[in-house]
Amino acid sequence: MPGLDALPFPLPTVQQVIFILIAGMTVTGALITALAPNLFHNALGLVLAFFGVAGVYVLLEAEFLAVSQVLIYVGAIATLITFAIMLTRGMMFGRTSSTNRLMLSTAIISALFFLVLTGLLVNVAWPEIGAELAGSEQMIADLGEMFVTTYLVPFELMALLLLAALAGAILLARD
Amino acid sequence: MQHWSTTLTNFFVGLGLPEPVAMAIAFIIGATALAIFAPTLALGLIWITRKIISRIQDRIGPNRVGPYGLFQTVADAAKLLSKEDISPTDADRVAYNLAPILSVFGVIMSTAVIAFAPGIIGADLHVGVLFLVALGSLGILSALMAGWSSNNKYALLAGFRVIAQLLSYEIPMVLAMLGPVLLAGSMRLQALSEFQSLEIAGFNIGLGWTAFIMPAVFLIYFISALAEGEQTPFDLLEAESELIAGFHIEYSGMKFAMFFLAQFLNSFFLGGIAVMLFLGGWQGPFVDQLPILGVVYFLGKAMLVYAVTQWIKGTFPRVRIDQMMAFAWKVLVPMVLALILWQMIALKLPAPTWVQYAAILIGNLGALALIVVILNRHLSKEEIRTKRAFEPTSLIGTMQPAPPSPGN
Repeated sequence: MPGLDALPFPLPTVQQVIFILIAGMTVTGALITALAPNLFHNALGLVLAFFGVAGVYVLLEAEFLAVSQVLIYVGAIATLITFAIMLTRGMMFGRTSSTNRLMLSTAIISALFFLVLTGLLVNVAWPEIGAELAGSEQMIADLGEMFVTTYLVPFELMALLLLAALAGAILLARD
Repeated sequence: MQHWSTTLTNFFVGLGLPEPVAMAIAFIIGATALAIFAPTLALGLIWITRKIISRIQDRIGPNRVGPYGLFQTVADAAKLLSKEDISPTDADRVAYNLAPILSVFGVIMSTAVIAFAPGIIGADLHVGVLFLVALGSLGILSALMAGWSSNNKYALLAGFRVIAQLLSYEIPMVLAMLGPVLLAGSMRLQALSEFQSLEIAGFNIGLGWTAFIMPAVFLIYFISALAEGEQTPFDLLEAESELIAGFHIEYSGMKFAMFFLAQFLNSFFLGGIAVMLFLGGWQGPFVDQLPILGVVYFLGKAMLVYAVTQWIKGTFPRVRIDQMMAFAWKVLVPMVLALILWQMIALKLPAPTWVQYAAILIGNLGALALIVVILNRHLSKEEIRTKRAFEPTSLIGTMQPAPPSPGN
């Protein structure tokens, strides 16, 4: 196809097209989460955004992260959030507002978080395109080993945090 | 073993197509084949269910449409297609219409990583087992969406019940899946199937099933899979004969059929996962010489497991919801945690492999025996307690001890 080479801009590669689609999905999900007037739709939008992030991971050839993302965020956290919404709000009746009086402080915190992320994005030395990655199966093994050697303390702390949350939930439920 | 996509791509390249195009065509063909395979399979599964259950109930079952009533399900599907598609007033349109699609989507996605035979697997992900677990969460989500969006309080309540059940039984199921993964040292389903070979005098008879090494873990997986697949004795969220239809009460026509399709396929694929993890997958005699034989072995074993679930469906009574929850949290979860811990210790023993496996087997059998003893004691106490609770209290009022139950 000679005509295509003559275009003034480079054609996007297949990967780029897929990335744009996935990113669009993620952003749509995030916008629904933030703006939809119905709380349940917010939760569903969050699920969509989580799926989009999982898609980005797949695109980066990090299948383990992608699958964990779906398992933990979609399977556990989104379900939990949905449960919390359904059990605490009279959401069967009418609309709820997506904004409240905490709007300003939330906006400030979000902006600060965005700045931190941007700073990371600019300053981290990202691996070059085409750099060799470790064998994918070996990568999971390495990850597991790091959890019980280098990052043992944070890992155990996380477990402790979960245990505390569990005990707290049971205490609340018994009241 | 050469992957099927390589073979197909080479074939198309041989026809003179450029390689990327050939690859794309190969994968489209593979994906389409899997997507068609699943609903076609469901027709067979429904027929098997109906035949098995009618045999158990001393009936003949469907026998009018087609030979042996094989096309009865096709006729039913046509009927469902022609039914009016009703949406309840004030239903949440988006979630209401998305829920049945999502439930089928989650199940059909799992065909992508199922190892049918050496080299015949949609995508041999190195996180295959985890992928299957993650897909289970889609089922939870779709139940939640269906229950909420129907604008019906019964549907919402039933949705909560489904989620409570699915979340509770997901834990023992996932932990039980960890058993074979630890043994084989891989989460690739193809590697798990390859691991379960058994060579006797240089000939692979394919009987190195992990279920022989860890029968208790297999049993835990099977019970949890019954609950995950919403099969009897854990089908109380639907309870066809006594309750309303559960979270899909408001659905009609094809959307209703999609929930049913998802349920049948889900219970089949949960059986398929049991086969891949515990019952040798595609392993069998002569499979090394003739790989395509693996498809026959795999589907045969999976059908057998499915037939057993239907047998259970036809013969078991339904458990109460508190019994079901107590069984998951007080029996299955501690048991599977102890077994996994024991397995980890056994695999680190400085001993030859067969000693490690023997240790795991002994641990499994011991745990099974212990559970049976404890449950037996608990249930006989429970029996006496319930009998006393229903005993008429007399004015003279001495309570007689209940007669010993025939079980002891």
